[in-house]
Amino acid sequence: MALLDIKNLSVHFGADERPMRAVDGLDLSIEAGEVVGIVGESGSGKSVTSLALMGLIDAPGRVFADSLTFDGRDLLKMPARERRAMLGRDIAMIFQDPGTTLNPCYTVGDHLVETLAVHEGGSRRALRARALELLQQVEIPDPQSRLAAYPHQLSGGMSQRVMIALAIACNPRLLIADEPTTALDVTVQAQVLDLLLRLQRERGMALMLITHDLGVVAQTAQRVVVMYAGQVMETGSVPAIFKEPQHPYTAALMSALPENNAGRERLQTIPGVVPGAFDRPVGCLLAPRCTFANARCQSEHPALEHTPAGAVRCFYPLVKS
Amino acid sequence: MISFILRRLGVLIPTFLGITVLVFALIHLIPGDPVEAMSGERGMEPARYAALMTEFGLDRPLPVQYIDYVFKAAKGDLGNSIVTQEPVLREFLDRFPATFELSLCAMLFAVCLGIPAGVIAALKRNTPIDYGVMGVSLTGYSMPIFWWALLLILFFSVHLGWTPVSGRLAIEFDPARVTGLMLIDSILSGEEGAFLSAVSHLILPTIALGTIPLATLARMTRSAMLEVLGEDYVRAARARGLSPLRVVVRHALRNALIPVITVIGLQVGTLLAGAILTETIFSWPGIGKWMVEAIHRRDYPVVQGGILLSATLVIVVNLLVDVLYGVINPRIRHAR
Repeated sequence: MALLDIKNLSVHFGADERPMRAVDGLDLSIEAGEVVGIVGESGSGKSVTSLALMGLIDAPGRVFADSLTFDGRDLLKMPARERRAMLGRDIAMIFQDPGTTLNPCYTVGDHLVETLAVHEGGSRRALRARALELLQQVEIPDPQSRLAAYPHQLSGGMSQRVMIALAIACNPRLLIADEPTTALDVTVQAQVLDLLLRLQRERGMALMLITHDLGVVAQTAQRVVVMYAGQVMETGSVPAIFKEPQHPYTAALMSALPENNAGRERLQTIPGVVPGAFDRPVGCLLAPRCTFANARCQSEHPALEHTPAGAVRCFYPLVKS
Repeated sequence: MISFILRRLGVLIPTFLGITVLVFALIHLIPGDPVEAMSGERGMEPARYAALMTEFGLDRPLPVQYIDYVFKAAKGDLGNSIVTQEPVLREFLDRFPATFELSLCAMLFAVCLGIPAGVIAALKRNTPIDYGVMGVSLTGYSMPIFWWALLLILFFSVHLGWTPVSGRLAIEFDPARVTGLMLIDSILSGEEGAFLSAVSHLILPTIALGTIPLATLARMTRSAMLEVLGEDYVRAARARGLSPLRVVVRHALRNALIPVITVIGLQVGTLLAGAILTETIFSWPGIGKWMVEAIHRRDYPVVQGGILLSATLVIVVNLLVDVLYGVINPRIRHAR
């Protein structure tokens, strides 16, 4: 059984009559110890999916799902207190901008000790020792003095390492990393990513890696989910999809990668933007931007069809199975 | 830190000069003079009048009087009251504990109710609770103190008879003056019922004086909380499984308090201004009532000295707030 199994998740914002469907009928499952990449443009619902899973969508946002099963238990059916106790302990999350995700009033040590105390308890001395150990594990130089540092005294890369230390503090089985390297300098992006993957391997935790960088997914993930406008467009194993993308959107994302544009003056792009609440197409959501779209694509909405490699939501997949 | 405090203290000198010029000019703009005020409606022989004016040094040109005043003030001599002949500083210190006690209670009242009210309004944003809290606070903010105080007296003292109308203590008690704070002196005196009497005399003036700071703090706390609740670190704290109470108090409120503390400091000025009205209405023997009486009597040294000392108080409190600011805000502490 999968560690995480999301069935038919939808997240709506705005008016009831005409909601903005940030996530629209999403199915997703992650096995224990698996690395799954979630890719898509800005506004495709990647982050909202993870926030909904964490129970962090506040009113007026609305979350619906048939089930959100983690480790055999439905998160939607458990009391709020129990669900909260799982956050940070069984499921942990790191965010995009490390500069703003640490509380400016507290030191690095305060953050770590608080999280450990809430979930595991123990004497203050023991917790400080654990905190120091965690900073060592995320390879922060001079960890002893960093314990007393305030967030504004840390660089971006250092802050993200602290966030990672906080996330792994209680040995979670699932780590959600929402664009963990996007806000960092290019030089430290690779280091932070390597650190994440090393910790993932050592601890055998599942990693849900949200990114808009297909290159990162190709290097790290076993499986990829391509999202667009709140829906899964295509999913499957990384080797298969990178070899033969079936969905025109996946193919377009790949042809926009710099490494696939060697020798060109300009990178290939996908014209247009992700539809919002008021210009949502009736048919395939990608139809207005898809070079292959025909009358059927404009009027009918395709379902997610299973394929040998995974699943694809397109009437005319690029590779016939 | 030391250099910061010294720098701030350095600003005091020009501020004092500005205040003395302003007060000196304003008080002399009011028609009449102390001698005329003392002589009352019967009037006074011109010769006697002139002699008294010379005695108080009031016949000299204004700039001369001003320079004389400033030089004496710089040496700590604020002059004597024309009416009582007592040193201004001593009269001020005699009355200050009463004002301090009232202001402190009013501020505690405002902080203890205003901050929780603001937090609740922010957490229940756009619900009837929020609208209710903000509506009441706007009403409180707009209420003229003298009118609000009279309403309170009419309802609680006259109609319900729950609290005394005025004064600091019932007439039968006479505790020895130790601290000047009636709440403490009444306990020290050991007289039975004295403390309760002091408390009951404090309630209405505290509410009257504390209402505007209360409303200001509630609104300020609400907006600061709303801002902080939208911060990434609050979401990250929730994502670590911390309880809502812990997230609100330890992570959100702690940061929201930073601007609120500044406002508390600024409210000290409002309190002293409000104390003038409140003390007059409740016959509270503090510096507010003392200064109003001094203005009526054109007691120049008292008015000047009183305002100068009150201004010092406001400046010092705000300096303390700035120092405190560094303590609660690590970013500022390290920037200095």
